[in-house]
Amino acid sequence: MPSPEDYKGQPPAWCPGCGNFSILKTFKEAMAELNIMPHEFVIVSGIGQASKFPHYLKCNTFNGLHGRTLPVATGIRLADHAMPVIAVAGDGDCYGEGGNHLIHAIRRNIDVTLFVHDNQVYGLTKGQPSPTSMEGMKTKNQPLGVLSGQLDPMALAVALDCSFVARGFAGDTAHLKDLIKEAVSHRGFSLVDILQPCVTFNKINTYQWYKERVYHLEPAYNPRDRVEAFRRSLEWGERIPLGIIYRNDRPVMEDRIPVLAERPLVRRSFEPPAVEAALKEFY
Amino acid sequence: MDYSVKIGGEAGQGIQTIGNTLARVFARSGFDVFTHQDYESRIRGGHNFFYIRLSDKPVTAVREAVDILVALDREGIALHERELSAQGMIIYDSSALKQAYEKPHFLDIPFTALAVEHGGSRIMANTVATGAVLGILGMGRDILEGIIRDTFGKKGEEIVSANINAAAAGHDYAVRHCRRCAFSVPSVSGPKMLIAGNDAIGLGAVASGCRFYSGYPMTPSTGIMLYLAGRANDLGIVVEQAEDEISAVNMALGASFAGVRAMTGTSGGGFALMVEGLSLAAMTETPLIVALAQRPGPATGLPTRTEQADLEFAMYTAHGEFPRAVFAPGTPEQAFYLTNRAFDIAEKYQITAIILTDQYLADSLWTFESFDPAKTVYTEYRLKGDAFKSLPGYRRHAFTDSGVSPLAVPGDAEHVVVTDSDEHDEEGHITEDAETRVKMLRKRLFKKLPLIRQEMEPPIFYGDDNPRVVIAGWGSTYGVMKEAVDLLSGDMSIGMLHFSAICPFPSTGKFDYLSLLKNAEISICVENNATGQFARLMRAETGYEFRARINKYDGRPFTLEGLKGEIDAVTRGL
Ligand SMILES: Cc1ncc(C[n+]2csc(CCOP(=O)(O)OP(=O)(O)O)c2C)c(N)n1
Ligand SMILES: [Mg+2]
Repeated sequence: MPSPEDYKGQPPAWCPGCGNFSILKTFKEAMAELNIMPHEFVIVSGIGQASKFPHYLKCNTFNGLHGRTLPVATGIRLADHAMPVIAVAGDGDCYGEGGNHLIHAIRRNIDVTLFVHDNQVYGLTKGQPSPTSMEGMKTKNQPLGVLSGQLDPMALAVALDCSFVARGFAGDTAHLKDLIKEAVSHRGFSLVDILQPCVTFNKINTYQWYKERVYHLEPAYNPRDRVEAFRRSLEWGERIPLGIIYRNDRPVMEDRIPVLAERPLVRRSFEPPAVEAALKEFY
Repeated sequence: MDYSVKIGGEAGQGIQTIGNTLARVFARSGFDVFTHQDYESRIRGGHNFFYIRLSDKPVTAVREAVDILVALDREGIALHERELSAQGMIIYDSSALKQAYEKPHFLDIPFTALAVEHGGSRIMANTVATGAVLGILGMGRDILEGIIRDTFGKKGEEIVSANINAAAAGHDYAVRHCRRCAFSVPSVSGPKMLIAGNDAIGLGAVASGCRFYSGYPMTPSTGIMLYLAGRANDLGIVVEQAEDEISAVNMALGASFAGVRAMTGTSGGGFALMVEGLSLAAMTETPLIVALAQRPGPATGLPTRTEQADLEFAMYTAHGEFPRAVFAPGTPEQAFYLTNRAFDIAEKYQITAIILTDQYLADSLWTFESFDPAKTVYTEYRLKGDAFKSLPGYRRHAFTDSGVSPLAVPGDAEHVVVTDSDEHDEEGHITEDAETRVKMLRKRLFKKLPLIRQEMEPPIFYGDDNPRVVIAGWGSTYGVMKEAVDLLSGDMSIGMLHFSAICPFPSTGKFDYLSLLKNAEISICVENNATGQFARLMRAETGYEFRARINKYDGRPFTLEGLKGEIDAVTRGL
């Protein structure tokens, strides 16, 4: 079994105290416990502080464009569905710039695990509001305070019948580790929204703010009850639930494509006889 | 023998079915065929036509004169009657058009009544019309019957024989009633291959080992996706309709990164959305094929019509400086081989290769003896399996003499494959180091570019050895320019230059096309756009300025008579 040290990457360039550090450490532990070696999986990320994540690890990496994490992850997964594909994005990255892709990745139910480092702010571009910023939050860009309503990724995902919907907290690593392991192991599209304090630009949603509000979903909670899941997903403000809010066993996209039944696309070799047959059709 | 058949009517009336079936009959019989489709951006109504030219020698362009007009609506007659040749005939069904025409070049054939009587259903009126055209031309029915069997065989013997009877009824009616018909066709031997530009690109992708295609429907590129999707299961290809073109290009890049040959396709508006993805492909050095089928812009423009106005867009779009390849085939045959070339170059140099066509080429059917898969190449450039495993270490963007770093399949070895849209070091990790930046840019651009340029074929020359008049063009104008040269070569010393490898601009090393141009008395650049983008490119790349330009930007292709007239006008008094 690998040890967390085996996933050591470049030294992180995040701000001291950033919630990303504990996510990184927890992720390494989870992958080691899942016994998935660095070369056996791939991380696709976008652009933002969160999306620098794979550089601070050792693993196959496609660090693409802002917002475009999920299409790349989908392409990789369709080409090689033997490889676990993990997508890492920021809240701006995934819920703003790439919002359309999230909707359709959920619909496809491609077996990709998405971790959104949700600091409720644009970190890398220095403090503009994100889709999950709370209404009224004042920034240099929004002197009137945020006028738009706050996006609720959990409710959105449940509404779309997303196969696995969970929320974690960077300040609760023991719980987060289990979530990561569950999410990576789940067959189908998984969304894990991780509350991640931004110590530099978000002075509202601090460690303290989250700690006062988060609670673990009780053991008797049934994540397969979609209506109850929707009700819980709406909880925000005084109490914020952590854990697996919703899950189902919807058919996975890769399983429904006959071409992928035998082996991954990448394992197919070039087949000249197929060309001859294709030519004959034109006579 | 050189006949033109036009089928005109409303969208939804089955013009395409009649047109495609006739084209297949002619090709199977062994004739040379060229078709062009003129349609509106609507599903029902309006006026569309399907044009077919057939001959016993190669035909590669639209002629204005029509010999047989199949009119499925009155509009068809109003629009096309004046195009009729001296021996031309119009066939129509007066009960369907609710009007009878008494002039001698009209033949009223009761398509619907014959369909009901002989086929048992009015649906077969188009089959009657198809049979009638063959009757008028004096052709037999057996090849049509074979095609009916191929098409309807799965639906059962009853439907097959109903259609055969309907076709026979139309054929017999035409033979018995067309006293004025003076058509005759020589006997030729077939079959010939019949293929449109879009299908040729799809077939080229298959012949190049394409495994993944993602796209978003947009005329006139959709045909490529349809071709591949229809055969994906048999050929072992995954075709995914993305939520938008941004997703389409990023999916293709993901698949390519994972180790398979991947392609996307679109038209101008969708390509605009893919632009950021082209830049991503460049930075991550991920091989990518893009088929860009042009239609007239700006914006939604004329969605179903043709233009060559995205050459500069294809060549220069996307932020940053990086190499790319642009190919502009002139025929379906070139489209097939250049698609293969595009795949090979994209994989070899880890760049984007664009196949630039337009509605005219995408939808036009041409005949050929055959395409030869033996003339295509498939070279495995990826680092895989044991070769990858046996390496002591691996850096995805390692500096090399050629600028090309080994492109490994992630997961095949214990080494990790890392790439980044940020500037990166040899390992693929984000960096802001100035020296690394300069070395990376040199590697990606300056080292690869001359190698890619060497691969670009010079233009094709056709015509008089030492021409006084040279017409030059690129892409889909190949066929009409070639026939124009044939038409005019009796009157003047004329030749043509056709460019299908556009970017990097081909050098004069293999063929000194610049001297040819300079030695001519007049050079004319022919383009289906308003501003002469290729002429501008020629000046920028070589300093050579064409003496004259012929531009057409009404959304329609050049016709043979039209182009000849314009060349005549430009060269008058020479
Ligand atoms: C197309 C595009 N638009 C804008 C940017 C600039 N940009 C980079 S990161 C970012 C937002 C980052 O916020 P988030 O995704 O929440 O990540 P965080 O830095 O907070 O982790 C923006 C707007 C970009 N790189 N690309
Ligand atoms: Mg953020």
